[in-house]
Amino acid sequence: MMIKTGGQIVCEALVREGVDVIFGLPGGAILPLYSTLGSYPELRHVLVRHEEGASLAADGYARASGKVGVCMATSGPGATNLITGLATAMMDSAPIVAITGQVNRGAIGSDAFQETDITGATLPVTKHNYLVMDTRDLAATIKEAFHIARTGRPGPVLIDIPRDVQAAEIEFDEAEYDKPVSLRGYNPPTTADEDAVAAAAKLINEAERPVILAGHGVIISRAFDELRELAENAQIPVVTTLLGISSFPDDHVLSTGFPGMHGMAYASLALDQADLIVNIGARFDDRITGDIKRFAVNSKKIHIDIDPAEIGKNIKVEAPVLGDVRAVLNQLNPMVNQTTHTEWVQHIEHLKAEHPSLRIRESDDLLGQQVVKAISDATKGDALVVTGVGQHQMWAAQHYQFKNANSWFTSGGLGTMGYEVPAAMGAQFAHPDKEVWTFAGDGGIQMTLSEFATIAENKLPVKIAILNNNMLGMITQWQDMVFNKNFYANSYTGNPDFVKLAEAYAIKGIRVTRENELEGAIQEARDHPGPVVLDFVIRAEENVFPMIPSGQSVEQLIEESL
Amino acid sequence: MAEIMANGLARRTLVALVENKPGVLARIASLFRRRGINIASLAVGASEHSDLSRMTFVAEGDPSTVGHIAKHLDKLIEVVEVSDITDNNVVWRELAMVRVRATQESRARVIQLANIFRVSIVDVGAEAVTMEITGDTSKIDSMITLMQEFGVEQVMRTGRVAMLRSALSQGGEDGEYGDQISSNINTLEGFDSGSV
Ligand SMILES: Cc1ncc(C[n+]2csc(CCOP(=O)(O)OP(=O)(O)O)c2C)c(N)n1
Repeated sequence: MMIKTGGQIVCEALVREGVDVIFGLPGGAILPLYSTLGSYPELRHVLVRHEEGASLAADGYARASGKVGVCMATSGPGATNLITGLATAMMDSAPIVAITGQVNRGAIGSDAFQETDITGATLPVTKHNYLVMDTRDLAATIKEAFHIARTGRPGPVLIDIPRDVQAAEIEFDEAEYDKPVSLRGYNPPTTADEDAVAAAAKLINEAERPVILAGHGVIISRAFDELRELAENAQIPVVTTLLGISSFPDDHVLSTGFPGMHGMAYASLALDQADLIVNIGARFDDRITGDIKRFAVNSKKIHIDIDPAEIGKNIKVEAPVLGDVRAVLNQLNPMVNQTTHTEWVQHIEHLKAEHPSLRIRESDDLLGQQVVKAISDATKGDALVVTGVGQHQMWAAQHYQFKNANSWFTSGGLGTMGYEVPAAMGAQFAHPDKEVWTFAGDGGIQMTLSEFATIAENKLPVKIAILNNNMLGMITQWQDMVFNKNFYANSYTGNPDFVKLAEAYAIKGIRVTRENELEGAIQEARDHPGPVVLDFVIRAEENVFPMIPSGQSVEQLIEESL
Repeated sequence: MAEIMANGLARRTLVALVENKPGVLARIASLFRRRGINIASLAVGASEHSDLSRMTFVAEGDPSTVGHIAKHLDKLIEVVEVSDITDNNVVWRELAMVRVRATQESRARVIQLANIFRVSIVDVGAEAVTMEITGDTSKIDSMITLMQEFGVEQVMRTGRVAMLRSALSQGGEDGEYGDQISSNINTLEGFDSGSV
């Protein structure tokens, strides 16, 4: 038995969970914990400039590393500032543990200074959350929280710790750390029911026009080889969801892009014309299905997912398979016959040729598409790529040609503008030696660019590519195409000079206005050992194509006339 | 089959075994609220496990959404077990206390009717009697309707408590909500989020 404070127990538990970096910002209610944090050099604390930056950085770190991302904030405003990052992680199943300070136990419920009911406020945006009212429960709670965050369908878990619970000294038995987690109500599935797998294999073996729809589940369970084996063995074209990008190499002959609202036309057409869709860890999100009554009506569906609540939620499924994607594919692959589907694969090739969704038109002004393609070419598809939300995000998804597994990080489910800078910071912490590029909108970047300071301070060599159209580009596009050109609140007249702004943070700034400057500027950025902000001034009135307008189907697909 | 009500909403009965901890009801309620499901009745009480409570919900909402709610409930860490027992062979009961005006003149008739329905009188006052009715919803409904002519002053109903019939009796299928998977397609109009 030893005497320990709550703060010490938290730190030691974090060390035992393998935490190496924490994104946070202190305040009164979490100061007892912060006063011990310095004694644990294994836990590198990164002082962010805004707590949303902390939760989004933890999300980026988690996705890039596959480990649990950790963020910390004080009570009240510190805790509420984390919420957008938690919701982002919840929607995209990213494992995060958020630790918040709370007012002293005796003050809870009294509207004390900086008191917010953060467990109440985060109920719908966390996988689970805790208010720890006894220092004795801290070790077990932290262990449970990490277990819940990283297993099953991963997600954010918040632990709210009153100030006096952090400060209290208790007699503590080290063995507490090693107590196994036991949760009666939580038993995520691993392998699937054999009959369910057999039923799925039968559908695959009978199919003439099968398509794989690979989602984020493939990435989360690291089932890249298994996916590839299935696709190659039975020669099945692979489309990925937006979050499934980089689960299958873009340069593979069977790679068929991503479908849906701004996906490649041939991917949407492939889903529509298939007689079998093998959904692997995707959730039939509305950006992919459009009008569900008209979505892929010609096909049967297999749905492999770890979350029973996703199966049959939106789309009728003939063969539900509940389990971890990788475990299920290992069960399934031996049951799938080797075959060629020659005619179908040729037909897909034909669709690709007839619908060149990635062709970029000639333009005197610089285009966002050209910028992405130039960066993709220069980095040979090897970089880790992060984005904000909007047109630039779609162009990045379309035109960056990913070679490596798990190299694409975007806020797909929540569509969080402001993701670009902090998440890139998190990804760079996860992989200090890899080249990290983030595509930013001039709108989204202004939501979290306070983290420029954190990036500069920590000498992170992140390359920040702003596709600057002086607009909320995607809003302009919707107003143009869906709201009869009724433009309102869509353009900026007071944007800062992003190059000067970068320089104010001692970050290298480069402005690019013409296509023929692209190569040189990108090279200069790559050669610079530190962070770089590239201000690509792009054509403003430019829409993203293809487009299936919201709630429509592939019949309403709009392609650009080239 | 779920009861489909006049307004097109479905009514389903769910039974859950949950950890007996603060905040659990809020988590559950949050799932229902978010999906626009109305909790028509809720009964909570001790179970055979000292640290677990058993809840019976009667939930009303869009058929596909209520049909799916058991799966969402099951994802809550503190929900140990949940089943949608709407389509199963269950025994269920509800208890109601009803205070009925009963004056000198009418009291005998009120008590006579209560006896016919095997309803016990638990309190007698100068101007009213309170009866305790146990049974299924329709029995309670009819008793209350019957009492209207005397004047129903107050009604307090517990909501359903339900339990699967034990194996010996003739039963329906077992209570796995998994059976409904493929019929639970979202039927809401405007499924697309419409967001940018
Ligand atoms: C936090 C947040 N607020 C609002 C939106 C709605 N929204 C979606 S795209 C978009 C425009 C984004 O503009 P910008 O970051 O400049 O990127 P662009 O579309 O111009 O590439 C907006 C406002 C959002 N997704 N997130």
